[in-house]
Amino acid sequence: MVEASGTLTRRLLLWLLLAPALVWLLGLILLPHLDLALLSFRERTGPGEYAYSLAQYRTFFAEPLYWDVFVRTAVISLIATAITLLIAFPIAWTIAKLTQGRVSALLFAVCLIPFWVSETVRTLGWMILLRETGVLPGVLVSLGVTDAPVEMLYRDATILVGLVYTSLLFMVVPLYSSLESLDDSLIEAAYDLGGNGWTVLRTIVIPHAAPGITAGCIVVFMLTLGNYLTASLLGGKNSLWFTEQIYTQFITRFNWEQGAAFGFLLLLLSSLMVWIGLRLSGQKFADVMSRS
Amino acid sequence: MSAPQDFDLEAKSALKRFGTHTAVDSLSFGVKRGSFFSILGPSGCGKTTLLRMIAGFIEPDGGDIEIGGRSQRGVAPNRRSVNMVFQQLALFPMMSVGENVAYGLARRGVGRAERDSKVRAMLERVGLPGAESKRTDELSGGQRQRVAIARSLVLEPTLLLLDEPLGALDLKLRERMKIELKQLQAAFGTTFVYITHDQSEALVLSDQVAVMNAGRFEQVGSPQELYYSPATPFVAGFVGANNRIEGRVSAVHGALVDVATPEGWVVRAQTQTGPDGRKPGVGDAASAFVRPEVAVLGRSAAELDLPPAAAPAPVHEGVVESLLFDGANSAVLLRETKTRAEFRVALPQTGRYADLKVDERVVFSFAPERAVCFATGGHG
Repeated sequence: MVEASGTLTRRLLLWLLLAPALVWLLGLILLPHLDLALLSFRERTGPGEYAYSLAQYRTFFAEPLYWDVFVRTAVISLIATAITLLIAFPIAWTIAKLTQGRVSALLFAVCLIPFWVSETVRTLGWMILLRETGVLPGVLVSLGVTDAPVEMLYRDATILVGLVYTSLLFMVVPLYSSLESLDDSLIEAAYDLGGNGWTVLRTIVIPHAAPGITAGCIVVFMLTLGNYLTASLLGGKNSLWFTEQIYTQFITRFNWEQGAAFGFLLLLLSSLMVWIGLRLSGQKFADVMSRS
Repeated sequence: MSAPQDFDLEAKSALKRFGTHTAVDSLSFGVKRGSFFSILGPSGCGKTTLLRMIAGFIEPDGGDIEIGGRSQRGVAPNRRSVNMVFQQLALFPMMSVGENVAYGLARRGVGRAERDSKVRAMLERVGLPGAESKRTDELSGGQRQRVAIARSLVLEPTLLLLDEPLGALDLKLRERMKIELKQLQAAFGTTFVYITHDQSEALVLSDQVAVMNAGRFEQVGSPQELYYSPATPFVAGFVGANNRIEGRVSAVHGALVDVATPEGWVVRAQTQTGPDGRKPGVGDAASAFVRPEVAVLGRSAAELDLPPAAAPAPVHEGVVESLLFDGANSAVLLRETKTRAEFRVALPQTGRYADLKVDERVVFSFAPERAVCFATGGHG
């Protein structure tokens, strides 16, 4: 009897501990998405009258603007992820392998410090630097590189800079943890057996860090794909970013049905990309997620 | 005298400093082709630095290292005909056994077909036929070591460096791997340079052993030379078990001296020229070293079974302090009756004194010719 009630208490405790997570998962993610799914398959037929249809999805494929923006968002996000990886890898390598103790902790802090400032303020900081009357165009004029100040905002490159800057830490952390666990003697052994810098990177370092690389890329890709602030502030109102289209449908047009369909398409896209990424890198989802 | 071309490895005043600490202090030595050469020393003696210098991971601050008669100055580790077996073996976990062994061949641009046949032949030679597709974590510790050696030897290096590869294994496996290593070396005929802090590994495996201390070689010689005629007090203390008796020389009888401890115990030992070229004379501070198996034990002086010697061996009295039973290596720890000095005597393997009791009074003796004595300090 005692044992039975003990098991019961333990079970109850487990459920209580899980409760916040379950409430969050059910109430804030699953239910809204179910509602969005229902919304997206609905069409207004008259005042206050709705019918189930695929019209919202049809509009997406029929209207080239939506489709273009969708592809554009995906491509820029991919490019931003690739650039973030290229920049974060040497940083993570430096922190994990070339420095120790205090120096490596300090470098980590340097990566983290920008996150003490709100994302909005950081993005506005970029605007101060890059706008036509801003710091960087002024410097270029005084150095004689350009004759007149150049407007650096509202370009695709600017969006990329902003996206990479915001995502860097989320790439550095999983890369760092996977590089940290790489035994230095493996690298030395590879050199000893005749490897050079490139082959050691390709045959030893990258295969070892693959879960970390995949985890970082998935996180960064999702963050950039769903990013609203950087794209709309640095890219301007015409930045043609897909989250902006969703925002417009929900808030400006008050067309929730269309917005819901867009939201689902974006979810589909990111899931597809994650799946492709996992297939290409030959990684297991659980393995990768435990690294991020 | 060997001609220089008989050496696969030659160090010429190789020097390495870390800050003010001299890790390798102007070392010069040669390793003969096809031999098993061990560098034996306590941790921190500079042996790892020396090995990494030979492998090319550390550039010497002075002097030179020649491999196969060619200077290795400025030659990167991936361009030396030297391969290394790492302490933790460093097998690539992301690759199969076959890919591990093929790694170096692939880096040299050897074609797939040739690579596969070389890998197959090599795995057969190390007793792992058909293990190509296995994962490295499916192997036992001994098999992993064989893969690590195969991975290096398939490249046919002039020199194979081994960085305490047995250190991580448990005792039973270590004993077996010692034998296996020696057989592998004999079978391949490759020159092995082996570093270890374990004197038993060095003695069992090697043709030549260098005892290293504080960046220098104290003595280079065959295991027998190191054991029976140590050149320095450090070697006498480090190689094999030894009783160390410190005191001053009270009398000289030809090649033998009497060493008196401050408490007044006198032992007789053969003088040995120390590293400074001096033999101990009367009044000199000196250390005598007596191996436990050189000393014999008895319940009375008549029982002492000493080998025939020129001069009669002095007989000492003692009390059993503790019994150290360890099968064939069993010993008894005594205290000399008058001075309470500690002395260790190996028990005969016949089991004759298996019934010794703590606090029992015994006599012990040793042939002075088989004990060595070095001058250790100033004249007083």
